[in-house]
Order: sequence, then C-alpha cells, then structure tokens
Amino acid sequence: MSTLHTVNKSPFATNALASCLNHAKDGDTILLIEDGVYGAATGTTLADTVTAKVGALSICVLSGDISARGIDQKRLIKGVTSVDYTGFVKLAASHDRSQAWL
Amino acid sequence: MADNIKKFLYVNRRAPYGTIYALEALEVVLIGAAFDQDVSLAFFDDGVFQLTKGQNTEEIGVKNFSPTFRALGDYDVTKLYVEQESLDERGLTAADLQEITYEDEDDDWAEKPSLKIVSRAELSDIMADQDVVLSF
Repeated sequence: MSTLHTVNKSPFATNALASCLNHAKDGDTILLIEDGVYGAATGTTLADTVTAKVGALSICVLSGDISARGIDQKRLIKGVTSVDYTGFVKLAASHDRSQAWL
Repeated sequence: MADNIKKFLYVNRRAPYGTIYALEALEVVLIGAAFDQDVSLAFFDDGVFQLTKGQNTEEIGVKNFSPTFRALGDYDVTKLYVEQESLDERGLTAADLQEITYEDEDDDWAEKPSLKIVSRAELSDIMADQDVVLSF
C-alpha cells in the first residue's frame, strides 16, 4: 500500500514540502509539480533535507514545470526522476491513493 | 515636471507561473511606465525565480513572459534590484539570471546592466526611500 503525494507550492513560500516529507511513509512517491519543483534543485537551503529522503521515498518532478522555470536537469538532486504528464498518470494509477499537499 | 515625479517600487516576491502575481506585476509596470515616474523593481524571496535564464513553458501551455523583462529598458525602467541573500538561499548566482540591459541616453546610449544585485540591508534602505510601494 503506497501513496502518491503531490506538492505544488514553492518550499521557500510554504511548509507544504517540509510537512509532506515529515509525514510520507517509506515506499511512497512524492511528485513535485508547479512551484513545488523548486524543491528538487541542488544548492538550496532545503537540498540536504530532500536528499536525505531520496531512497526511502521516490521523489519525482514534472518535466514541463522544470523546463518552464529554467531549471536544468543537471541541477536536480541526485536520484530525483523527471516524469511527463503520461508518467504522472502512471504514478497515479500505480499507487493506492494520491494526496495533494496544497 | 520634476516636482511631481514620485519614486515607485514594484515588489516581486513570487515565483513565476505557479500564480498569476508575477505576470500581473509585469503588466502593471508596463502600464505604469507611461506616467514618467521614477520606477524601480525589487526581486527577493521567490521573486528572484522570475529572472532565471532558459525558461521554456512549451509543455505547460502558458506564455513565457521572461523575455519581456529585457524590454523594460525601452520604457525607461532600468533599475531592477535583486537580493543576494534570496539568490543564495535558492542555490542561484547572478550567472543563473538573464542578462537585462538598457541604453543610457545620458552616456551616448551606452549599454548598461539593469540588474543590480544588492544585499538585504541595501534593499531595506531602497524600500524605505520610496514614495509608493506596490506589492505582488
């Protein structure tokens, strides 16, 4: 049993990502979308917190939202995977539930 | 003329695309440019994300408005202050931002940078020096 968590707010603007990371169970997936994708970049004040969860959690970003914001794939935290809209649908289908962190 | 010029500061604290604030701020700046005032823009907190290079919005189906910042010089909007601490917190440097310039009519139309990287303390002074502050 696993959950797909979506986070759509900038981690610098709200604590949605921090709270999601604190509550997600091992084996869950966190998909960062919209302004949430800023949480997947290296070199930020949050990068260590996110990096520490990679492995226990699967962390993904939506590719269109990365490109829109000018974030190069090379700037993503190691272990974070990029998915397109079809990938988003597949994630939704392969988890038991989805939970949006607004 | 000089007597009724006020100092206007547009404060940008939001990332682009996730909300409409960033685009609306830019629209208001362009409209306001018609009034011949002393205009500055400040980018801090998530607002610094508006200025990053290489934005491509094709997949998300919204307008990429980032090139519009480069047109501001033509409207005599030539002071874009960017807070260093906000860049640092987000793993960004000045090199991650687009190049935005203006032609200085008082200096034989020399091309000069519009982006000015300032410290939090300097930005605080800039904000305290304004007649009107508009927040987005």
